[in-house]
Amino acid sequence: MDNKRRNFLKVAGISTLAGLGGTAVIDRLVTGSTSVRAAAAADHGSNQGELSTGHEGRPDPSTKRYGMVIDIKKFQQDPSLGGRVVTACHSVHNVPQFPDKKDEIKWIWMTNFENAFPDSPNLYLDEATESHQLPLLCNHCDKPPCVRACPTKATFRNKDGVVMMDFHRCIGCRFCMAACPYGSRSFNWREPAPFVKNLNKDFPRRMRGVVEKCSFCAERIGLGQQPACVEACGDSKAMVFGNLNDPESEIRKLLKEHHTIQRNPALGTLPSVFYIV
Amino acid sequence: MYDSGKIIPGLIIFVLFITIPIWYNRGTAASVPKPVLPKDAKTCVLPAAEIRAEHMKLLNSWRDEVLRTGDRGTFELEGKQYQKSLMLTCMKCHTSKKQFCDTCHTYASVKPYCWDCHIAPAE
Repeated sequence: MDNKRRNFLKVAGISTLAGLGGTAVIDRLVTGSTSVRAAAAADHGSNQGELSTGHEGRPDPSTKRYGMVIDIKKFQQDPSLGGRVVTACHSVHNVPQFPDKKDEIKWIWMTNFENAFPDSPNLYLDEATESHQLPLLCNHCDKPPCVRACPTKATFRNKDGVVMMDFHRCIGCRFCMAACPYGSRSFNWREPAPFVKNLNKDFPRRMRGVVEKCSFCAERIGLGQQPACVEACGDSKAMVFGNLNDPESEIRKLLKEHHTIQRNPALGTLPSVFYIV
Repeated sequence: MYDSGKIIPGLIIFVLFITIPIWYNRGTAASVPKPVLPKDAKTCVLPAAEIRAEHMKLLNSWRDEVLRTGDRGTFELEGKQYQKSLMLTCMKCHTSKKQFCDTCHTYASVKPYCWDCHIAPAE
């Protein structure tokens, strides 16, 4: 053995340096410092692109983002309208009617102003608003927190901006219910089938252990029809449904003409349901 | 052979014991199911052999196309347009779940969960 400790350390040191330096050089050659900068810029750009589908940016008119405008005054003028709207939705979608309020399943429901908009409390509410109820439904948010929470992608935002439920995939973990700030989701604690009155044979039921909610009537709008609740309003224009990304649509004209509010906009979920108060 | 008086009867008892399912169920084999086919429709969505083997995959792909991709386009069969739907297309011809779906599913001991939510035609 003519290898001395001194020689061994020399060789080891040089190879370590070569190893570290070599990988750095190779990395630089492969990615290239310019393309690293380009990638960073592209990333920034895509963030902006994402924002532009929301309210603050310029939406792309070729894409769809369905939304709804609800005129609370029309619901005050016709107090029976709310009931009709709820019945229309729930009978079309085979929503069960449980006797116990704890098991309640709701896709659209009527509530008081202060419950719908708890972030804008008003001690001296006008009489009409105080004595009447307004309809609530899934907001079909542009940034839906329920979709982020779902571990199976059973709930997802489709290409038309509708937050959908795929009941085949739902495992009933109820993370989405915890994530939704609007209480739009209901859980089937019991087998719903025996509690469905007036079965609609063209639409499925749900099973025990899945979460359900409003789907903006995806099965109807996919065929060019209006959602069931909008149809129930008839010509009153109490509820107007349409594409928010299309500047010429009826809903965008309404939004231009009226001051509208959204439920809890401070959360940044960008709801697609607007209320004319 | 030592102890052949014990080993041979023992072997016979063992063989009889492990073949219990064969001789116990002898003659009771279920006949091959004969699902009742619709009278007025002659062609299905796919040729018979294919639909028999692949109908579950077809239903899954319909489900994903309609629900997840949002492609609710119809397809044409003998000049008529049909939706991609179990309830609105399949069960309109195959009007009896008991006489069509259940015959084979019971025979093959498969329990599809379709009917937990989807509504079978009234019988």
